[in-house]
Amino acid sequence: MTALTDLTLAAAREGLAAKRFSARELAEAHLTAMERARALNAFITETPERALADAAASDARRSRGEAGPLDGIPIAVKDLFCTAGVATTAGSHILHGFRPTYESTVTAKLWQAGAVMLGKANLDEFAMGSSNETSHHGPVVSPWRRRGDNRPLVPGGSSGGSAAAVAARIAMGATGTDTGGSIRQPAAFSGIVGLKPTYGRCSRWGIVAFASSLDQAGPLARSVRDAAILLGAMAGHDPKDSTSVATPVPDYEQTLQAGVKGLRVGIPREYRVDGMPVEVEALWQRGIEWLRAGGAAIEEISLPHTRYALPTYYIVAPAEASSNLARYDGVRYGLRVPGGSVDAMYANTRGAGFGREVRRRILIGTYVLSAGYYDAYYRKAQRVRALVRRDFDQAFARVDVVLTPTAPSAAFAIGEKSGDPIAMYLNDVFTVPASLAGLPGISVPAGLDAHGLPLGLQLIGRPFDEPTVLQAATALETAAGFTARPEV
Amino acid sequence: MSIDRATVAKIARLARIAVPEEELEALAGELSHILTWVEQLSEVDTSAVAPMTSVVAMKLPWRADVVTEGGAAEPILQNAPAAERGFFVVPKVVE
Repeated sequence: MTALTDLTLAAAREGLAAKRFSARELAEAHLTAMERARALNAFITETPERALADAAASDARRSRGEAGPLDGIPIAVKDLFCTAGVATTAGSHILHGFRPTYESTVTAKLWQAGAVMLGKANLDEFAMGSSNETSHHGPVVSPWRRRGDNRPLVPGGSSGGSAAAVAARIAMGATGTDTGGSIRQPAAFSGIVGLKPTYGRCSRWGIVAFASSLDQAGPLARSVRDAAILLGAMAGHDPKDSTSVATPVPDYEQTLQAGVKGLRVGIPREYRVDGMPVEVEALWQRGIEWLRAGGAAIEEISLPHTRYALPTYYIVAPAEASSNLARYDGVRYGLRVPGGSVDAMYANTRGAGFGREVRRRILIGTYVLSAGYYDAYYRKAQRVRALVRRDFDQAFARVDVVLTPTAPSAAFAIGEKSGDPIAMYLNDVFTVPASLAGLPGISVPAGLDAHGLPLGLQLIGRPFDEPTVLQAATALETAAGFTARPEV
Repeated sequence: MSIDRATVAKIARLARIAVPEEELEALAGELSHILTWVEQLSEVDTSAVAPMTSVVAMKLPWRADVVTEGGAAEPILQNAPAAERGFFVVPKVVE
């Protein structure tokens, strides 16, 4: 029999329904895996007692015939989601000691569906990073290694703990958040599936805010079907988030196997960037062939403002972050460092509480919003953002879905890129455009590079057209037949 | 755009972040590097483009202007570094 931790979420759901094993056994198997893999530093807070209590409640519900769609499924929660009574850090020192008295809408929906909480997953501080190296709680180590090279690698970021936990078979699925690629890029680096839904699909209420016009919650899982199941439970309108949309949540599983016959797939020529490794280019080409063989019509398209997406993002996101993070003042929650005046107390608290990358982004954001620079930077960026969106609108008049690589490289070693902020930002060159446009995007593991590390392909869809994105992703997943798994 | 240490000190003050004197120079370099890089946006002609203000094409919903929750001082103060008699406590602000 397959180890319980190796099952997909869909297979575990069947096994639980058929009473082949209990939620308790499933939780215990994952808690054992969590203990064994502690060296990965994938969790900031482990909640084994909560997991066992959740599992016992799940078994009781099932015996009464009241099991929900995720009943008994053990998941990890990115430590950016507020969880009532469980420490929530956002990977930052400034939230030291913070225990929310309320539950985020997305996690509340997951518990309502019967999911079991294993713990709070590590992340880049306030989700600002692409390698999980900016966490106050230390970097997450990827379960993957380059062949014949034992140097620890990054899992990607910012949802790095979530990605590592799912890849290392500690959790069957995890929540993540994606502002510029923070679900899709770590999914690609870790050889799993990561889905960023359309902006407005999942409620942002109770998620620690980074950049409010970009942040979106989504699932990380080991198969497209598992991601679809999780999204079905996470999505939906929430009156507490005025940007959440009242569009009904479709049954994402139902259309997964519909195939790509007749689907029009756009290949944006601007995504062929200088210095892109040949393996990434070759994998992209294979992806094109797979979809074509499935009956899709491939069309070259142009998204002319692609190269301006990243600099646009690095104005918009820090500007919104500087405003959102103004709330950390040492008064209402978290860290307080005393000072002679209230102003000195604010400055001391924020000076000690924020890490280097967060400080850098708050300062950039403060600068671009300051008197005399607002038009030149922020308003200009919002105009270019409109052009990035228009590029996609025009493309989606001709095609149904867009296929690109997820990231310009495979995972890198811890410390390898931390010296140069812009080199780090370039990790998100292929994921940021869809974020700026608010579009759904998924990363599917599609192959290995020469060192044996996973590479992902990204599919981008129209607003609220997750069904087509998931359908095309299923076709890619089937054709790629990705079975590699980390050794650690 | 190149910014100097005095500018860094000014924006750090606006952002209420204490930055040690000896880190100002290095930060000025880092921030200048990022600002110079984002300035490539000036190549894009945006004269006929309105700034994007809404990600999803929807009207912001309205609701009745009524109290929905309240009387929750206890849970609100639960995480405060300092609280007394139902209030947050801060250093003296009025002389």
